[in-house]
Amino acid sequence: MGWRRIKAPLPPGRYYFSGNEAVAEGAIAAGCRFYGGYPITPSSETMERMAHRLGQIGGVFVQMEDELSSIAAVIGASWAGAKAMTATSGPGLSLMMENIGYAAFTETPCIIVDIQRAGPATGQATRVGSGDIMQAKWGSHGDYQIIALSPWSVQEMYDGTIRAFNFAERYRVPTFVLGDEAVGHLRETLEIKPWVRVFDRKKSRGRPPFDSKNPRQIPPMPTFGEGENLLVTGSTHDGHGIRRTDDPKVHSRLVRRLNDKILLNQQDIVDTEEFFIEDAVVTVLCYGFTARSTLTAVKELRERGHKVGFMRLKTLWPFPHERVGQLSQGVEKIFVPEMNRGQVAGEAMKSSRCEVVSFCQTNGEIIRPEVIRQEVMRVL
Amino acid sequence: MVRAMEQYLRSEIPSTPFCPGCGHGILLGLVLRSIHALGIDMREMLFVSGIGCASWIPSPHFNADTLHTTHGRAIAFATGAKLYNPKLRVMVISGDGDLSSIGGNHLIHAARRDIDLKVICANNMIYGMTGGQVAATTPLGSTTSTTPLGNPDRPFDLCKLVQAAGGRFVARHSVTQPLALMESIKKSLSFEGFSFIEVLSPCATQYGSKNLLESAPKIMEWLMENCIPREEAEGLSPEELEEKIITGEWGYVETGTG
Repeated sequence: MGWRRIKAPLPPGRYYFSGNEAVAEGAIAAGCRFYGGYPITPSSETMERMAHRLGQIGGVFVQMEDELSSIAAVIGASWAGAKAMTATSGPGLSLMMENIGYAAFTETPCIIVDIQRAGPATGQATRVGSGDIMQAKWGSHGDYQIIALSPWSVQEMYDGTIRAFNFAERYRVPTFVLGDEAVGHLRETLEIKPWVRVFDRKKSRGRPPFDSKNPRQIPPMPTFGEGENLLVTGSTHDGHGIRRTDDPKVHSRLVRRLNDKILLNQQDIVDTEEFFIEDAVVTVLCYGFTARSTLTAVKELRERGHKVGFMRLKTLWPFPHERVGQLSQGVEKIFVPEMNRGQVAGEAMKSSRCEVVSFCQTNGEIIRPEVIRQEVMRVL
Repeated sequence: MVRAMEQYLRSEIPSTPFCPGCGHGILLGLVLRSIHALGIDMREMLFVSGIGCASWIPSPHFNADTLHTTHGRAIAFATGAKLYNPKLRVMVISGDGDLSSIGGNHLIHAARRDIDLKVICANNMIYGMTGGQVAATTPLGSTTSTTPLGNPDRPFDLCKLVQAAGGRFVARHSVTQPLALMESIKKSLSFEGFSFIEVLSPCATQYGSKNLLESAPKIMEWLMENCIPREEAEGLSPEELEEKIITGEWGYVETGTG
């Protein structure tokens, strides 16, 4: 248990995959052996590939009757010992929210791949958006933490899915791959390396599965059928899972620990990528597919002599407040282009000491490099 | 016998939370007696429940793996666990509101899939935990806290519903018919495939108090009078069967499995 190195299931080399297919291959490589899902555009290709691949390798695939049952089956399978996942898009994510909160509260490792489309409601089902950033973090009631990654390429849909499984197993937390329609349907070269590092949840007989003295440490996770007499409940519980719904101390301790176990370990989780930061006057803070357009725009602006920086959030939750705060001290403005109405810009304002300029585009289309270039020029 | 059953209960839980006169304690005992009678090792069992009074039958009382889930989703959680580890014997114990109203979709789809889950629905004909609101199983005309002038809607016949969805083994008994109920629980434990047992379990606190059955003995007597085994019902006229609840087993029963 813990880290180990395994051979990649696919022969090493270069492949030509869509982002959604790469998610499925990353999941298989990470050890995912259970998929429960419900069809939804624009994420269904992951489900179709998982149906095919899990059949080949003796995993379990089930198409459930809706998204509520899909995530429920994933959580049930996770406690039965599986590395388990589902994939969906906005409306399906909305339906999953109650059980995602349950997974956070019961410390159940699971992966939710959300291929964001243009919402709200049914919106533009086949078009791109990134309006689920806040929902992924705050969508279920109560205070809890999740981890969310924001891939920008087919390579990262593969690598990021492996990473997401490792985070979920290591921290016993629901982990999101927050893709979008553009990166899900993008086709480009994927390089499969010969080895994969995977993390398997830790077990320790008899130790309480829902508490640890040190909040940074993650309690061990037994599996059904091992004779541990597991008590898993979504009600407030003590370290052994016994319901303690009228004890203020138990509830306070549990909620704090569930938040602390992620926030106190965020140095291991948070990941950003930065270019041209040193002398930048304006830095563009970006994520997901929009980061591709941003990088092109920033390079063009640099070629024209403008001091513009690039910072990409590879992880969105926990939010890299510390890094954004540091960045804000060295620039005049942070510019945030997004396919929503300023969800990450608003979050960045919490830790920024400079002006944060939000650029929002919610028309179901990607933000083109020239648009970012022009908009940055206006604030330079 | 009573001492022999202690091994199936968590010693650290001092008492059940059920009201005086509640039928759930009888059902709790009958499930454990069935497991004991068949000699099943509790380490093979997984008990899954949703939200409501009946969900507290297995969790935290049973000395086994228990999964106490969100409202309505017990069968869906159980489906994931059973599919990934088919060696687990998975029993879902939940209430009528949980399984047939908020979770009705999962009930019919699990029956359609014929997945090997043993579903026990403790039907008290009302939302007990939340204060006695009308349920999808409340009899026509009954008074509840949300139908002060009487329930205008017909209740589900849960056994017919599950059978129509493909459930191969369904049964209905009252907790006032403990021996027949225990026989059906034992059959379901040995049955390979989806099985469903509706257990009429009285709620004197919420249903009885609003329907002239306020004391525990009164609502128990009402069940004893109105629950008629299907063999007895066959000779009765439609008028005589009005307001009666027909109990028994329906559907194909495999033998020699499990």
